[in-house]
Amino acid sequence: MSRLRDWPIKRKITAILLLISGLVLLLTSAAFVAYEVVTNRQTIRIHLATRSRILAANSTAALAFANVADATELLDALKYDPHVVAAALYGQDGRVLATYPVGAAPDLIPAAPQADGYRFEGGRLVGFTPVAQGGNRRLGTLYIASDTKAVSDALRLSGVIAIVVLGIALLAAYALAAALQGRISEPILALAETATAVSTRQDYSVRAPKLGEDELGTLTDAFNQMLGRIEDQDRELRRHATDLEQRVEARTHELRERNETLRRNAAELLAANQELDAFAYSVSHDLRAPLRSIDGFSQILLEDYAAQLDEAGRDSLRRVRTASQRMATLIDDLLKLARVTRVEMRTEKVDLSAMAQDIIADLQRTDSARQVDVTIATGLEARADPPLVRVVLENLLRNSWKYTAKQPRPRVEFGSTEANGGRAFMVRDNGAGFDMKYMDKLFGVFQRLHSAAEFEGTGVGLATVRRIITRHGGRIWAEGAVDQGATFYFTL
Amino acid sequence: MNPGKILLVEDNPDDVALTLRALKSHNITNDVIVAQDGVEALAYLFGSGGTPPLEELPAVVLLDLKLPKVSGLEVLERIRGDDRTHLLPVVILTSSDEEQDLITGYKLGANSYVRKPVDFVEFTQAAKQLGLYWLLMNRAPPTPRRP
Repeated sequence: MSRLRDWPIKRKITAILLLISGLVLLLTSAAFVAYEVVTNRQTIRIHLATRSRILAANSTAALAFANVADATELLDALKYDPHVVAAALYGQDGRVLATYPVGAAPDLIPAAPQADGYRFEGGRLVGFTPVAQGGNRRLGTLYIASDTKAVSDALRLSGVIAIVVLGIALLAAYALAAALQGRISEPILALAETATAVSTRQDYSVRAPKLGEDELGTLTDAFNQMLGRIEDQDRELRRHATDLEQRVEARTHELRERNETLRRNAAELLAANQELDAFAYSVSHDLRAPLRSIDGFSQILLEDYAAQLDEAGRDSLRRVRTASQRMATLIDDLLKLARVTRVEMRTEKVDLSAMAQDIIADLQRTDSARQVDVTIATGLEARADPPLVRVVLENLLRNSWKYTAKQPRPRVEFGSTEANGGRAFMVRDNGAGFDMKYMDKLFGVFQRLHSAAEFEGTGVGLATVRRIITRHGGRIWAEGAVDQGATFYFTL
Repeated sequence: MNPGKILLVEDNPDDVALTLRALKSHNITNDVIVAQDGVEALAYLFGSGGTPPLEELPAVVLLDLKLPKVSGLEVLERIRGDDRTHLLPVVILTSSDEEQDLITGYKLGANSYVRKPVDFVEFTQAAKQLGLYWLLMNRAPPTPRRP
């Protein structure tokens, strides 16, 4: 059997109503029955007492004379009362004078009279009444025993009435409860149904019907308002979700397109790189051969036909040779620049200080005639591709070395400095410097700020440097003034 | 001691002329055999179409890389792949010093890699040193017996 708390509310209300009305009816019926019983017992006791007194008054003569026949006759009159079970008259000495019915069984008649009075004993009403003459002379005792059938009849009747009334009343109560419980249960059931609908279908647009202005009505109103707010929030949430979905969709689409573009660009870049590779290879092989012929045969002319040529002729041939060699250098530098772009980068920790020392030592060895005051800061490190970053340092330090040639006390410095919130490396010299006006030409290919007569060079070195720095994701810039030196800064 | 011959594999007649002059001007009098492309070089070494190979293997092969028909690197590969020539000294003498050529050249077993300088004075110097070294100083591997 299901537990009481799991019962549906309808049944609970009906059960409570039935229980209360049942209890009330039961108590009322019990009171009614008890009242009936008590009243009946009192009535039969009064009747017995009355009858006993009348009989006692009539028995004085028979007792006074101990006349058994009279006494028996007197008692025999009791047969007209169907309820009297037994009776007896005791003499003054307490012995039985006469009995009713005559020769009654000894268990019906007590052997001796007991205390006066009327009482219920063993399902009977018994009474001992004094028989006296003149009010004070006791002649004997009258005993009458009556059954309590009247009481039990009354009890039965009132019981039956009570049960019938109880049954009808309970039926009526049930009918009423069944009819009236709806007043309470219906709004609650409607609320429960709405709540179920909301939670199973997630449909926040349903509303619970309001069935009155009582507390349940207030509850329904509050519930509906709550649903309204949830519905609004749900709608808002859905709108946001849809919005978000669309944005994700759009962003995904955009990303896909960008990826596609990137892939295409990468493919194009790869193709371009391969083309550049082939081009550089071809340049490297084929462009130098004719130069070698020009230089070689000019030299042969100078060696074998020097006598047939005048000084102007020999000078022309020397110029041809110089030009062809310069062309070869230009080609080599261009190839280096191209290589810097093509070569695969592998970054690792590089000791820039040691690298700079190495390069300066090289310069001092090959150009031992010059005395340059070189300062190199210690412990400068960076993550970079070692061969490429060496090209950078080599170009910058060589430039400083070269452009300080006309300085009486040449100075070259390699160090680092704070720049734009980060660390920048710097190569500084007190050499020829440059005009800041031409800053934008400094890093261009074949761009030179000095004539070849002043300082030699191809104009490819700084372009190469900038390309390497760019490939490292760094930045390079310079400061300088004519004849006051130059400082090159770079980040890696 | 009979210094061997030089097999010069070179398609550019100017370069041939310049190389020969550089060698001669330093009194390196050995015979220089010139092959104008890879096919010709292989014919000299292994013979082809009825033409027998050289009587004697050269002391050194000066090999250009960019050649018509069969490239220098292919020639080198054939030389190293053949029992008769796999010990033959080969010096790559070419215009380029492209990294890929250097790597492939050495991988295939070149004994040396020399870049031809544009400056003829330097070029002459290089040719002289090559001749002196490979013909006079270097001991060639023993010539394998011809089958």
